[in-house]
Amino acid sequence: MEVNVPDLRIAQPNIPPESSLPPGKRAADAAPSAIRKFLLSRGNSAYTDLSFQYLMALCGFSIFGIVLLIFVELVGRSQMAWDQFHFEFFYKVYTDATTNTVLYWDPVNSHFSGLPFIYGTLVSSFLALLLAVPLAIGVAVFLTEMCPELLRGPLAFLTELLAAIPSIVYGLWAMYALVPLLREHVNPFLISALGWTGLFSDDNPTGLGFVAAGLILAVMILPIISSLTREVMTAVPHSQREAVLAIGATRWEMIRMGVLRNARIGIVGAIILGLGRALGETMAVTMVIGNSPEIHRSLLSNGSSMAAVIANEFAEATSDMHRSALMEIGLALFIVTIIVNALARLLVWAVTRGAPAQTH
Amino acid sequence: MRTEYKLRSRFRAFTDHAATAIAVLSTIVVVTPLIAIFIYLLIRGFGSLNVAFFTKVPAPVGEIGGGMANAIVGSAVLLGLASLIGVPIGIGAGIYLAEFGRGTRMAYAIRFTADVLNGVPSIVMGLAAFSLVVIPQKHFSAFAGGVALGIMMIPTICRSSEEMLLMVPHAVREAALGLGVPNWRAVLSITVKTASPGIITGCMLAFARVAGETAPLLFTALGNQFWSTSLNEPIAALPLQIYVYALSPYDDWHRLAWAGALVLIVLIVLAVSLVRYVTSRGVLKGTS
Repeated sequence: MEVNVPDLRIAQPNIPPESSLPPGKRAADAAPSAIRKFLLSRGNSAYTDLSFQYLMALCGFSIFGIVLLIFVELVGRSQMAWDQFHFEFFYKVYTDATTNTVLYWDPVNSHFSGLPFIYGTLVSSFLALLLAVPLAIGVAVFLTEMCPELLRGPLAFLTELLAAIPSIVYGLWAMYALVPLLREHVNPFLISALGWTGLFSDDNPTGLGFVAAGLILAVMILPIISSLTREVMTAVPHSQREAVLAIGATRWEMIRMGVLRNARIGIVGAIILGLGRALGETMAVTMVIGNSPEIHRSLLSNGSSMAAVIANEFAEATSDMHRSALMEIGLALFIVTIIVNALARLLVWAVTRGAPAQTH
Repeated sequence: MRTEYKLRSRFRAFTDHAATAIAVLSTIVVVTPLIAIFIYLLIRGFGSLNVAFFTKVPAPVGEIGGGMANAIVGSAVLLGLASLIGVPIGIGAGIYLAEFGRGTRMAYAIRFTADVLNGVPSIVMGLAAFSLVVIPQKHFSAFAGGVALGIMMIPTICRSSEEMLLMVPHAVREAALGLGVPNWRAVLSITVKTASPGIITGCMLAFARVAGETAPLLFTALGNQFWSTSLNEPIAALPLQIYVYALSPYDDWHRLAWAGALVLIVLIVLAVSLVRYVTSRGVLKGTS
């Protein structure tokens, strides 16, 4: 059956159909523009994808940017003190004209020496390490190897909580509970028992001083050292433990030879990380160290630390030179903690083979 | 020979028991002061906490009463600003490390630098913010405090969100890409959304850590005795106020400092417990 379909097509110009042309002359074979080539190769979301990738890379590089920013700002603002004192800033000793005593930090006469602060930081940090490291390793050994399963969770949670408490709260507790305890009971005992060493004199009856600062710092760095030590100890493969047990070792010998020996480097890294934290700790130290820019041999004397002097004096610094000197102390603190932390991270990562699971 | 052996094995057994005793003892020595700190804080803090603490501004020196309402609101403002700066950049850095830079040397360097930055003392961050914001503006401000806290949050959030994103299984990403979803869309709507409980808890952890920081605020936000929410003026903050009150010679202010410390501790314990609870449920369970 024939259907009469009217031809409604508009008259077309006489273009030969594409396929009759030889290949190479077809419109579809014409060289595509650069944009079309790009989109054809990657799909039509190429621009958005690329810009998203660059945006995320920018965020990633912001980490470098932050370090650079801090460094540049600190160097810039400490330029004045550096131009005046150069390296003398870190070891010069002045003499007070009127009383003929040794003087280090005198903002009124523009005498600035960072020596008492470096001394205070080092003494309080090393005292803290001395107290915290044996305890932290003991806790880590107990939690990893000896602890019954039921206790492990709550104890680990407790140590994690200890790490999360802000330092101002530690400082508050130290000032109102620890310092009176030291003043009444511990310091007299130390003076009577260990006064012969020359390290404990009774000049300072307040209870503040390096011992108080060292104690509170020890409490603060203990959870860090302990949890990192636990991490490196669990990273030691079980085959090591089993091998030592198989040749007849007791449990302590297994821990000593199989675990601690392999995790040695990581434990050193954990200790250095704790040192890094202790070096930079501000609030708790400021509240208990006594804040006097002097150097005395006695561990019970008042002192100051680099972070403490910045916290105390910066908001009220009167002269530009004073602020610049404090910025220089901040720069020294920044460089030292960067080096210490970098060293610690490298050591810990060497044992755990790559980034550890927890972000401490 | 036989007696030597018996002597030696007795010595070994003794050292084994001694080591166990020392380990247990050190755990007790560590845990007891910790519990003592908590209990002492709770006792001193609860005794000082009342409704006025949350609603009143500090009273004039010597008068009883008054609270820390301006400090709590000030802390909220500062933390809001810090999160605004720190969270997007931190999550962006985490996305770069997990999605686009995985395995590259650049990613290793960024991860390393972020960890090192985490260890830099917070007072140095405060000095940098002072130099960057306070000196050009010629006055202390809440904005400077927010900037200081914000750049402290970035490395922490970067590391934790990277870890959470690494836990998302490849099958999820490949399914999205196989369906023709553009890469940027797959990362944002599929991968990040799958890891979002973990990322949010990472942000909460950084938030809790920064909430207790005092040192960077000492000379950026400076603290304020009066009611202020403006970004261009000094603003009070809870840890800062605790510090000022603790060093003062007035008993009433000491009482307020203890109450403030209790509030801070409760906030942080809640955040840490919540983080533990959410991460224990796993990455994928939280989404469905």
